Order: sequence, then C-alpha cells, then structure tokens
Amino acid sequence: MLLNPDIRKDAFKNFLFVLPAFMIFTVFYILPFMNLIWISFHSWPGIGPMHFVGLRNFQELATDTIWWDSIWHAGYITLIALIFQNALAFSLALACDREIRMKRFYSVVFFIPPILSEVVVGILWNWILNAGVQNGQQVGLLNHFLAQIGFPNLIHSWLSDPKTALTCIAVVHSWKGFGWGFIILLAGLQTIDRQLYEAARVDGATSWRMFWNVTIPMMMPMIMVVVILTILGSMQVFVLIVSLVENGLAHHTDVPVTVILGSMHGSKQFGLACAQAVIFGTMLIAVSFALKKLSNRVKQV
Amino acid sequence: MKISTILVLCFCFLAVGGCSARPSTNQIEVWHWMTDRQDALQALAQKYEQETGVKVKLELFAPSDAYTQKITAASQANVLPDIYGILDKKSILALFIKSGLVADLTEELEADHAAWESSLIPKAVDVNRFPVGNKDGVPPGIYGVPIDVTNIQMVYNNTLLKKAGLLKPPQTFGDFLTAVDALKRVGVSPFVTGFGEMWIIDCFASNYAFNMMGEDKVMATFRGEVKYTDPDWIKVFSVFQTLARKGAFIEGIVTKGNKYAEQDFALERAAFSFDGSWAVNIYRSMNPRLDYGISPLPAINPDRPMKVWGGAGSSFVVNAASPNRAKAVAFLKWLTAEEQQVFIAEKTNNLPANRAAMIATPKVLPDFSKAMDQTTHPSVWPVNEDALVTEAFDKGIQSIIIGEKTPEAVAGEVQKIKDREMKKKAEQ
Repeated sequence: MLLNPDIRKDAFKNFLFVLPAFMIFTVFYILPFMNLIWISFHSWPGIGPMHFVGLRNFQELATDTIWWDSIWHAGYITLIALIFQNALAFSLALACDREIRMKRFYSVVFFIPPILSEVVVGILWNWILNAGVQNGQQVGLLNHFLAQIGFPNLIHSWLSDPKTALTCIAVVHSWKGFGWGFIILLAGLQTIDRQLYEAARVDGATSWRMFWNVTIPMMMPMIMVVVILTILGSMQVFVLIVSLVENGLAHHTDVPVTVILGSMHGSKQFGLACAQAVIFGTMLIAVSFALKKLSNRVKQV
Repeated sequence: MKISTILVLCFCFLAVGGCSARPSTNQIEVWHWMTDRQDALQALAQKYEQETGVKVKLELFAPSDAYTQKITAASQANVLPDIYGILDKKSILALFIKSGLVADLTEELEADHAAWESSLIPKAVDVNRFPVGNKDGVPPGIYGVPIDVTNIQMVYNNTLLKKAGLLKPPQTFGDFLTAVDALKRVGVSPFVTGFGEMWIIDCFASNYAFNMMGEDKVMATFRGEVKYTDPDWIKVFSVFQTLARKGAFIEGIVTKGNKYAEQDFALERAAFSFDGSWAVNIYRSMNPRLDYGISPLPAINPDRPMKVWGGAGSSFVVNAASPNRAKAVAFLKWLTAEEQQVFIAEKTNNLPANRAAMIATPKVLPDFSKAMDQTTHPSVWPVNEDALVTEAFDKGIQSIIIGEKTPEAVAGEVQKIKDREMKKKAEQ
C-alpha cells in the first residue's frame, strides 16, 4: 500500500527526531550488551586476542560455590534492607506526616545518609565498628559504648567475624538507603486525601483500621516503587562493602559485583567476568519484570 | 525542518566519526596514579617546560584501581597517552608490549655505554626487563623506566617496645613470639598490617615461603612440580595460625585496609607493622614524633636470608604508537636524573630510582634503602602463580587467621584450584 506523500514526509521527520535517541541507546546500551555476551564466550585477559571457549565460562559458573554464595549474600543484604530499611523509612515517614514539631528538620536529617558518598559512609562506620584497644580504651565507638554501659561481654570484632560481618554490612547499607524510601513514602502519604481518614473516623474506625484499610491500600503503588528500588539497589551493593572490609573477609562478604570485579581486574578473566555479568544482569532483569507484573496486579487490586 | 535535519545529520557524522592519528606536538601527555607525588611531578613538569619548551601535561587518575581500569579501557580504544604506567603483573605488561602499546627503550637506556641504565638501581630496571627466552614470548629488552623504588619490611615502634621491656627488635621468629607475649602483658597490640588487602598477605607469606623452603621450591610449586600440600607449605600456612593463636594480630586485621593499618601504627595502636617505604611519608604526616625503626621480618630458618619484597615502586612506559616518542623518552631521562630524583625524594619521602640520589634520602629512608639488594618481586621471578590460585591462597590465609580453617584444609583447597587451573591450561 502506497502512503500519502505527506504521511511519508511526516514519518521521515518523526524518524529523524527519534534517531539521536535511538543511536545513543544503540551505541551506549545495546552494542555494549551484545559485546558483553560475545566476550562471555571467550577466554580473554582484557588485552590481546580472544580465544573462543563456547559455554565453558557458564559451565564453570554453574559449579562455582563462591559465585552462588555471593548471590546468596546479596540476597541476604536485600532481605535485611527490605525489612529493616523500609520499615524504618515507613515508620519515620508516618511520623513526619503527622503534625509534629520540627518535621522539616527531621526530614532533612533523615535525608543526609543517602546523599553521603558510600566511601564516606564506609569510613564513618569503620570508625563506629572498629575493634581494638589503645591505652585500655576501645578504639571503636560501638565497642567503647558497650564497655561504658556495662556490657563488655558484647564487645566484638564486628567486621572480622563471619557471623556478624554480612549483617553489619546490611545494616549500614540500610542506614544509608532508608532516606530514599522515607522521601518517596512521605510524598505518597501527603497525597492521600484527608477526607478519607475523616470519613473513616466518622464511621468509628480505630487508628489501626485506618492504617490498614486506608493508608496501606492508598500507598501500595509507592510501596512497590520503594520495594523495586530497594531490591535493585541492594543486589548491586558494592562500594560500601569495599570501603568496610576491603577485599572481603575470606569469601564471607563477597557479592556478585565484587566477584565480577575480582574476575576482571584481580585474575584478568574478562570472559568469565562477562559471563558472571550476563547471569547477574539476566537475574536482575527477571526480578524487575516480576516486580513490575506484581506492581501492576497490586495497582489493579 | 531543514535546520533540524542538518542538526541530526551533524550529530550522526560526529557520532560515527572515527579518531584520526595524533600529530606530533610540543606537548607530552602523562597519565599517572600517584596522588602523593602529584605536586612534586607538577613542579618538575613546569621546570621541564622552562628548560626545554616542551609542555608536560599531567593527568592524575586515582585510586590505582581506577587508573588500571582507565589504562585497560584506553588500550582497547587505542587512546593511550605518550607516557603511562602499568600497575599490573609482568604478564599484563607483556600483553601490552605484544599489542604494540609499549616502546622498547633498550637502545636509549644502553646508549653511551649504558649511562642512563647504570644510573638507575639495577633491581628496579630488572622489573621492566624481559630477558632472552622469557616465558611471555616478548622480544628481549627493557620496556619501562623506574621513577622510584620501594620495599616492604617490618616497622617497629621504639617507644612501645621499651614499654614492654624490649631493647631491640626481634631477630628470629622465636624472639618475635616472645615480644608478642611481652607486649600483650603491657596491653599493647603487637602487630598490625593490611591483611584486608590480598597483596599484603601474599607478600608476607611469600617472604616466609622463600625463607623456609627456598626460591627454587617456591618456583617449582608455581610450575606445578610441588604441591601446596607439601609439609613446607603447611609450615608457611601455620605461621599465620601460630601468630593468630598467640594473639599477635590486632583485632580485625583480616578486614583492615593498609591505610587503616598505617593509621593504627602511626597512632601507636600497635608495636609492629609490615609496610612499605611509602609509609614514611604517611607516618610523618600523621604523627611527626613517631619513633620507629625498620628491619626485615624475623626469620624462621636462620640458614636462608629473609628476602624483602620490593623493586621498582613506580615505573613509566612510553606509548610505542606515540608521535612524541623521542620527547617522551627525553622527559623520562630528565625525570630520572639525580637532581630531579633528589627533589622527588625530599618532597615525597619515596626512595629514588637513581643510585646517586639514594645517598641524599631523608631520615629513615636509608634504612629501607639498605635492603634493596635483598629485594625480590614477582616481576623478576622466572614463573608466576596463576591469579586464581593466589586468590585462593590469600583468602585461605584469612580463613586460618579467623580460626575457620586449618593450614591443612587450606593447603588442600589451594591445591584443588591449582590442579583445576593447570588442567584448563593443558586443554587450551
């Protein structure tokens, strides 16, 4: 079917407007991703010729316990962030949504951790969680505090014990990240029509019923956004770990991004690193799609 | 419509336009990673421009990990500067050479009866030298110029040793364990270092491996002829177990970065540390009154000398594809001359690569410089261990320190990875 010349002209014009964005997307997203997949089928030290090895990198990863443990570690950090970080963010957002004194001040204070660099947060928490004694005094703030309040038996090498290191990282990550959730949730709470609460109160609803039957349903889209951002942000946590535990505590604090970087710059296995990136990227895309679907379903409800 | 079409087309041409070859200019570009030497290098660059009219543009990329990534990416895009450094294993330097990205400087270094080469510390030159028949298959030659040298030794705090009644640093491993007990009795943490960084563990363990079994056996292990489950290697792993059980290590040593370890030592939180000559500058800035000395790690086997990890601290290479190659070489020759090397040493407290300048080094540095003859480094070894095996080795030692695994268990795990990697190489 032949198109009207005017329509063809318009289509061409539209295409030209889309072209820059399409080129940028192709050059900076699609081509690198295709290249990443291509490299994952090779053995390559990052420079010089590549040797095609087929699926060997993926086969190696299938039985690599360090790699799968690192995914579990990222999942653990994400779980703690989902529960602790978001519960904290929601509680504080609810508090600041009420008519309390200095609520603007609190809003600013709660938003300080997210705007700090992860390196700065790492240095700060290293000082808090540090272990060691000088002149009979604990050098770490937390251990010093525990000694002062009469709990010397709780003094611990927090970042160097496999039992506590990952949880400490998760808590610090949550502390750093809760401000984002707080701002988004507070904005969401402020959009809820106050007449809904008044109507519920007239109907004799208790505070709990109002929270459960008004606040939560109205906030569901915002909660889903915060959950998605928390999962994607926590799965990719990296700088904070390096600034807290350097190259890691044996393999107890490894997460996928540190393992990928180790393969790339530590052992110079760019092919393996790309295979790890493909697997991890695919997992994140799958999680994002699943959450998007869930989010749409929740919105419909 | 016409304007927008023109804009779009201009954008397309710009986006797909290739890079043309750089013409020769009166400016040389240097990429480096040395934050502590930036001011000194900048001052020297200005001096060089005044003397020769050649502008030296210094670009600092820090930290060193970011610099390495920058160099790798620039090599893939073929946009390396005239002078740069490769902060990696010698095998990676070899790949750069074979890819035509590093110039062979042998001719320039050996000109005039090797005047330039002989002005430099030989061990530092060797780090950049590929001998005849080298394992990397690189044409023999010298491919880099050291601008300073370094070595890593044990540093001790005189004040804290005196507090524990110790009059001199330990000479043997037995003395060291006795010192640990004495220090603990007076509430002083005995030893701190950055065992959170793999290279320090590797360096510490290699020193003891060389002392306990000799270089030949270590190299035989790397070649796969001796297993990590050999009793001598178990003894090397056991050094860490012994020190950990004795309480020699400061709390949290396995996740401590070297910058934190340097801070602990400078602030007198531990009596001993294992650190490099670069730390002299750091200690001076953190605690100018710190009273400390330097000695090699206490030996376990008195019949073999305790090797010291070291050699060229920082080396520069010249881009083989640079249109300013001659100017770049001339600048490096000037930079490594005595006058400039003394200036760098005085300003930054780093050991100079120039032999004549070494005599003029500031306080404490001469103690480090005395050990330059005993230095050893993977860059001068005939064979290097596979990176994955080294990683398993270092992480295994962390597990021993935290009491999670025994030396035997770690040795078995390391050997398993060694077998796997050797099999993989054989298949290739």
